[in-house]
Amino acid sequence: MRLALIALLPFLGAVLPPLVIRAGRNTCAAVTFCVTLAALALLLVQAPSVLRGEAVAAAVSWAPQLGLELAFLVDGYGLFMAFLILAIGLLVIVYARFYLGRDDPMGRFYAYLLLFQGAMLGIVLADNVVLLLVFWELTSLASFLLIGYWRHLPEGRQGARMALIVTGAGGLSLVAGMLLLGEAAGSWRLSEILVRGELVRASPLYLPALLLILGGAFTKSAQFPFHFWLPHAMAAPTPVSAYLHSATMVKAGIFLLGRLWPVLSGTEAWFLIVTGTGLVTMLVGAWIALFKDDLKALLAFSTVSHLGLVTMLFGMGTRIAAVAAVLHILNHATFKAALFLTAGIIDHEAGTRDAKRLGGLLRLMPITGTLATIAAAAMAGVPLLNGFLSKEMMLEAAAHTDYAGLPWLVPVLATTGALLSVAYAARYVGHVFLGPVRRDYPHRPHDPPAGMWLPVAILVIPVVAIGIAPPLAEPVVDLAAAAVTGGELPDYHLALWHGPTPALLMSAVAFMGGFLLFLAFRPIQALRLRLPRPEAKAMFERTVGAAVAAARLTTERLHDGSLQRSLLAAILVMLALGIFGFLSGNHTPGDRRLLPMSFPALALWLLAVGAALAVLVRHRHRLVALVLTSVVGLVVSLAFVYFSAPDLALTQLSVEVVTTILMLLALNYLPQTTPPEPSARRSARDLGIAGACGLGIGSALYAVLTRDPSATIATFHLAEAKPGGGGTNVVNVILVDFRGYDTFGEIIVLGIAALAIAALLESALSGASGQRLTGLPGRLEAREAHPLLLVVVTRVLLPLALTVGLFILLRGHNQPGGGFIAGLVIGTALIMQHMASGFAWAEQRFPLDHHALIGAGVLVAGLTGIGAWYFDRPFLTSSHGHFHLPLLGEIELATAMAFDLGVFLTVVGVVMLTLAKLAAIGRKAEPHEPPSVSMDIVLVETGPAEAATRQEA
Amino acid sequence: MELLMASGVGVLTMVGVYLILRARTFPVVLGLTFLSYAVNLFLFAMGRLAVGRPPILDPEATGYTDPLPQALVLTAIVISFGMTALLVVLALRGYLETGQDHVDGRVRSEGDAP
Repeated sequence: MRLALIALLPFLGAVLPPLVIRAGRNTCAAVTFCVTLAALALLLVQAPSVLRGEAVAAAVSWAPQLGLELAFLVDGYGLFMAFLILAIGLLVIVYARFYLGRDDPMGRFYAYLLLFQGAMLGIVLADNVVLLLVFWELTSLASFLLIGYWRHLPEGRQGARMALIVTGAGGLSLVAGMLLLGEAAGSWRLSEILVRGELVRASPLYLPALLLILGGAFTKSAQFPFHFWLPHAMAAPTPVSAYLHSATMVKAGIFLLGRLWPVLSGTEAWFLIVTGTGLVTMLVGAWIALFKDDLKALLAFSTVSHLGLVTMLFGMGTRIAAVAAVLHILNHATFKAALFLTAGIIDHEAGTRDAKRLGGLLRLMPITGTLATIAAAAMAGVPLLNGFLSKEMMLEAAAHTDYAGLPWLVPVLATTGALLSVAYAARYVGHVFLGPVRRDYPHRPHDPPAGMWLPVAILVIPVVAIGIAPPLAEPVVDLAAAAVTGGELPDYHLALWHGPTPALLMSAVAFMGGFLLFLAFRPIQALRLRLPRPEAKAMFERTVGAAVAAARLTTERLHDGSLQRSLLAAILVMLALGIFGFLSGNHTPGDRRLLPMSFPALALWLLAVGAALAVLVRHRHRLVALVLTSVVGLVVSLAFVYFSAPDLALTQLSVEVVTTILMLLALNYLPQTTPPEPSARRSARDLGIAGACGLGIGSALYAVLTRDPSATIATFHLAEAKPGGGGTNVVNVILVDFRGYDTFGEIIVLGIAALAIAALLESALSGASGQRLTGLPGRLEAREAHPLLLVVVTRVLLPLALTVGLFILLRGHNQPGGGFIAGLVIGTALIMQHMASGFAWAEQRFPLDHHALIGAGVLVAGLTGIGAWYFDRPFLTSSHGHFHLPLLGEIELATAMAFDLGVFLTVVGVVMLTLAKLAAIGRKAEPHEPPSVSMDIVLVETGPAEAATRQEA
Repeated sequence: MELLMASGVGVLTMVGVYLILRARTFPVVLGLTFLSYAVNLFLFAMGRLAVGRPPILDPEATGYTDPLPQALVLTAIVISFGMTALLVVLALRGYLETGQDHVDGRVRSEGDAP
């Protein structure tokens, strides 16, 4: 679990910065720093065993059948990457404290940064392929949030979107690739996949998996032709650029290449694709970087170029190249982060980062200038700095690489890349720090506070230290490279002087050529301006625009907003399936003994079918159709009575009442008639389809009813109802006990529906809908809004109805009844008061909070279920027993009855809430509510005089 | 008797399907109500038809009908109520918001004859 905590700690800590920002910016930064430091400490605790050569792994199983588990692994490579992420993270946190302005929401910044950090740690420490993918997507999201941090900048938003689309698409490709890989290797454990390289490479899934995985890695690490998003991501605040887009996130793709190196590398396809892509990226990135005036853009393209270099090294597939790649990951992370941070300092202090407006800064900001010059020299590969070592190793590896039968190709191009690298590094120093001091800087440049230059200085220390004493880096590189190559390391050692090797010659050529290129910069730039330059951003926007237009067109074609069309399609499909089923089955008659027909049944059948057909004919007159529909509903409940289902009959009857009231209230504000059908042909067609459906359902039902059931679980329910559930009404016992979980879910659904109804109606009182309500045409109304007879009768009925409702609730476990029915009955009784005496009157007297009622119902039901836990039984296990109550005597109670009480409360709340909200609509539409006082019959003894005055009043 | 039940459910299904294919909200809601009746009866009848044998335990009873379809249909009735209520209110709100109650995808301006 401690391993999982390394990656999870930043996620947990991400809630802190927005909370503690009230305590000040320093506290906020300090808290973020401490969270990162704690994660680093947890990581370093694992270091000793990793250094001994043991990988530390821990896993928590979730769904092992699907290969889903929370599995983490710290090996040399993971430790190396995680250390880089956390250590550079610490420096960036300090730097950002001084970099962000007063108006920037710092809490949000640090929260995003920690999210990102956690996601990144997850990638490098995950031992499960699926887990890795989850963290992979999280880095894309965190990166999106950080690039778009300055929401007011359109470039920020566009850059964030572009990064998300490119890396998100790559993420999808990676998901597919990793799933294929897991399939090919027969495991979802990364550590197991890593030792099954031969199995994977021999699998027919190898090539598709490779291509898809490379799609993910190349987009993330901005490899050509996906390199264009990275420079646009530089709209982010500079600490973000330094952290995500040079030192860590873009390394995720490369990390993956290294992680899967033992499995995927060593084939012709791997070599050609990865080396080729890396080489092209290195050259393209370096060429563009040379001509960028924006310092961050220059560094961004140089990052693209260096990422290409590492990709190329991994692509070569030799162990020594892999070692060089690991070394360069380390070196690049240090010098490039330092360079970005100095670019931020320049932007911050001089007010611009445009190379054309800068120059001579070394004299004005000596500390920054010195640090930046050292880092830039490392980037160029100057001896005595760390960049030199990895560049030499790269050139050495390139010198021995034969690409597609052309032995000169890779060495020449690699040298060209190094040459360009020297040239743009020289530009970064020459055009910004050297030269004469100018008078027209936007701000007067000076060195920043120590909080900003100190992180840079700390980054420069390893740059110099490794450069002067290469063996210092050897243990680290050994550790990480051993994990990449699967244990065996080539015989190598890091040193400044290897004798007169081809690499030395290539390096010398690169230095001279690069320097000449720098001197001849102006004419070459003029030449380049005349060449066509494809603008990646415009192409990207065009592609995205075309995709959106195509998606919209497809959607509009498929789904034109017509419910009729969608329903017709669904019905026709069902009909076709039914016909298929009918044609492919046999059609023997059933042998069940049928019930004799009876006269009342026939009469009811005639009533229902007659009413239904009348609705079919007269449905345009909505009120008539509604009344006829409820006639059908009543016949349905009578059918339930007839066929031994008293509970269903009671439920259907009370639901019918409530539904009809609801529909009547709604119909009040809807058009009263449906306009005639525009096309008779269409009606005839629909009637034909509907007839076919009816025929199909009817015959299917007849086929079932004329056969005996093969096997039924009814016997279990009937046998267990009394001993197991403590009730004799088996239907109710099933509802509240055997299938209590279903019922619990159902009342929740019901409650949600009522809340949705309340929300729909509450917001209907304002806006366009509110205006339309007040403007509804007057309708024919009864002269008396609250007829006295109705008022008196409903009030007399109320206590009776409440008693009946409670009776039904209490006896439900043993006799027909239960929470649903009781809730509907009591709801109806209360609604009758509202209808007869007006809602204002009734609400004064029954001040029920309907929302609370629903909530209380769900809570009571849920708590009853949880109660079972105290007796070590599963959720919703019921128990029952005999109790002796005073006055009532011996009584049998079951916990399921408390559950039924919850059902009851919810149903009452749902019914009342729905109707109360509809009534509120009514009050808005007809504000002339009569005064409610007049409806209360005041019983006071009065003299005749007083009575007379009362009458006058 | 079985024939009455089967043909009745068939007629209810027919009316329901015809109504949900209409172009306005209210007939669609009515159509769904009819379909709910039909579906509930259909499910209920899966336990076969029996007269005078309610699933209430009683020492004097000669037999019981299948209680499980009844329990399922009971919840189905209540859920259909919730669904119908939500749809009716949705239709009402849609009408109030736009001034028309079409569900055939045609958008009409308010001035048009309904």
